[in-house]
Amino acid sequence: MSMNAATLDHRSSFRSVRPGQVIAWTLLFLGGIVMITPILFMLSTSLKDASQVYDLRLVPESPTLDNYITVLSDGRFLRWFLNSLFVAVAVTLSNVFFDSLVGYTLAKFRFRGRYFIFIAILSTLMIPTEMLVIPWYLMASSFGWIDTYWGIMFPGMMTAFGTFLMKQFFETVPDEFLEAARVDGLNEFSIWWRVAMPLVTPALSALAIFTFLGNWTAFFWPLIVTNSRELYTLPVGLSSFAVEQAIQWEMIMTGASLATIPTLFVFLLLQRYIVRGVMLAGLKG
Amino acid sequence: MATIALDGVVKRYGKTTAVHGIDLNVADGEFVVLVGPSGCGKSTTLRMIAGLEDISGGTISIDGRIVNEAEPKDRNIAMVFQNYAIYPHMSVAQNIGFGLYTSKLSEPEKKKRIQETAGILGLENLLDRRPSQLSGGQRQRVAIGRAMVRDPAAFLFDEPLSNLDAQLRTQMRLEIKKLHQRLGTTIVFVTHDQVEAMTMADRIVVMRDGRILQVGTPIELYENPADVFTARFIGSPTMNLLPARLSEKEGQRVAALNGFNATAHLPGSQAIRSDGADVLVGVRPHDLHVGSADGANNFTLLGEVSVVEPLGSETLVHLDLGGTSVIASAPGKTVPKVGGRVTVHAQPGSLYLFDAKTERALCRM
Ligand SMILES: Nc1ncnc2c1ncn2[C@@H]1O[C@H](COP(=O)(O)OP(=O)(O)OP(=O)(O)O)[C@@H](O)[C@H]1O
Ligand SMILES: [Mg+2]
Repeated sequence: MSMNAATLDHRSSFRSVRPGQVIAWTLLFLGGIVMITPILFMLSTSLKDASQVYDLRLVPESPTLDNYITVLSDGRFLRWFLNSLFVAVAVTLSNVFFDSLVGYTLAKFRFRGRYFIFIAILSTLMIPTEMLVIPWYLMASSFGWIDTYWGIMFPGMMTAFGTFLMKQFFETVPDEFLEAARVDGLNEFSIWWRVAMPLVTPALSALAIFTFLGNWTAFFWPLIVTNSRELYTLPVGLSSFAVEQAIQWEMIMTGASLATIPTLFVFLLLQRYIVRGVMLAGLKG
Repeated sequence: MATIALDGVVKRYGKTTAVHGIDLNVADGEFVVLVGPSGCGKSTTLRMIAGLEDISGGTISIDGRIVNEAEPKDRNIAMVFQNYAIYPHMSVAQNIGFGLYTSKLSEPEKKKRIQETAGILGLENLLDRRPSQLSGGQRQRVAIGRAMVRDPAAFLFDEPLSNLDAQLRTQMRLEIKKLHQRLGTTIVFVTHDQVEAMTMADRIVVMRDGRILQVGTPIELYENPADVFTARFIGSPTMNLLPARLSEKEGQRVAALNGFNATAHLPGSQAIRSDGADVLVGVRPHDLHVGSADGANNFTLLGEVSVVEPLGSETLVHLDLGGTSVIASAPGKTVPKVGGRVTVHAQPGSLYLFDAKTERALCRM
């Protein structure tokens, strides 16, 4: 209504604004500022030289790209960036595949122990990561996975959350779709891959985005499981800038700014699904 | 093309039995319709034929081969579902082509088949569309196309028209019937709509509570229903049923309606049931004409008009007979006044007699 009014007559749209909307917009605006300020500071700091770092002006006095040149020409940064990219992409693909495979099985097949398995998977959601780190470490060290890519990735290759999310979504896929494919002669794997998976793309995109972001920014576990600098992921590597000599904030901020690029890329790639995905995840989860 | 034979087929879900040992033979090229009220086991039966449900007892054979253990894909049957089950992420052409997923045809051959099928169903111009860009009737045609393209031994339809509006339903009904005449493929069609059953079937199978009550051509079922259930189920509007008692009157055996001064004469030689037995007298609205008749042995009733439904070609007249109501028919142009008293009559031979207790048919009269 108010949209129509706005296009027809500017003044009447003002009159049709309700107090509730004003409050909502104000809150959203304030929230937006709170969220965007650190990002602006990150960008601004990355454009300052070392002497200006503690000058808290948002617009740098004499902006410079020197930091970017330094960081990018430092081979370590590129290495960490690629490490993070590899880990995040591999873990994301693994989650998209295995979470939905298990979620589909739990949603669409009736078998003994199905409910028990589901509860068991779900209950792991209640254990905080901090408590799992020690068992993970013991496991990794007894298998010789410390300081390997696999060591960084293995705890996240499948998640209870992803399985739960996918199960909820697959439950909304009508059985008739699957039965029609069964009558048409597809085997069960093809039915899942060719019919069921395309029907839950919003959920898959949401899962992919969450998983990618979570792994791209993961710090704690990669820090623990890696020793050699060549295996650092980007967050771990960036934090090592802090302990090298003095804390080089401008370098850290430059690295962090660069680190947002893949995140933006993933978001842009999947954005036509994310809003719907998040909305549906909210409804279903 | 194929024959389908069900022999003592049982389906149990845990402790409940959905299908109680049914026997049915579908001839090659026959169009068989399963009808019955909701929950009577129609879908379950169809899904067992398709192989989507395990069989708890008995055997199902397709073309003489027992298929109890065969996977759906090994039965060479195609199924069309109530909700179409066409895939939203594929175009019409891809959806139709999906039926050829396992076929060994070459790509150009597949393409040709898809084109032909689309042509038969009038979908040539929609091949690139997504299902979301189609009307309900077009979607249903795509679903049929996906089944047809495979050239299966038999088609199974589970209430394929129930999501369509009345007009489209009538049209699709005709199209499916034409398709059957053209392809000659065996069809088992499930519906709970008796009009669909009557208009399409070569043979109708009436089911209730997991059992087959009667099997026959539409006319057979209409003319000789085996019991009250089938009598009421087949034919629209529903057959009138009036409680009566057998007795002897002026040397003739009659069924005297309870509470009214009306009798129906039994054909002379009938020796069914002794005097005093409770029966039901059935008469179809189309056989119960408004106006009194001159012939002897007519069955006449007198009642008050409660509702009139003019349909153009005829007028349905609802009569209140002091508690019980019956539906009668009058010629299209006659519209009796509501509240007026009218006489209705039925010719001898157009009445049905049922046993009140067992509800089985006794005779026509
Ligand atoms: N998976 C199931 N578990 C338990 N009972 C079931 C199951 N599927 C069906 N039934 C029962 O079996 C009976 C027959 O069901 P069916 O779906 O065959 O009915 P129908 O004749 O197709 O009805 P409708 O016209 O409503 O589709 C019903 O009483 C139903 O409750
Ligand atoms: Mg059904």
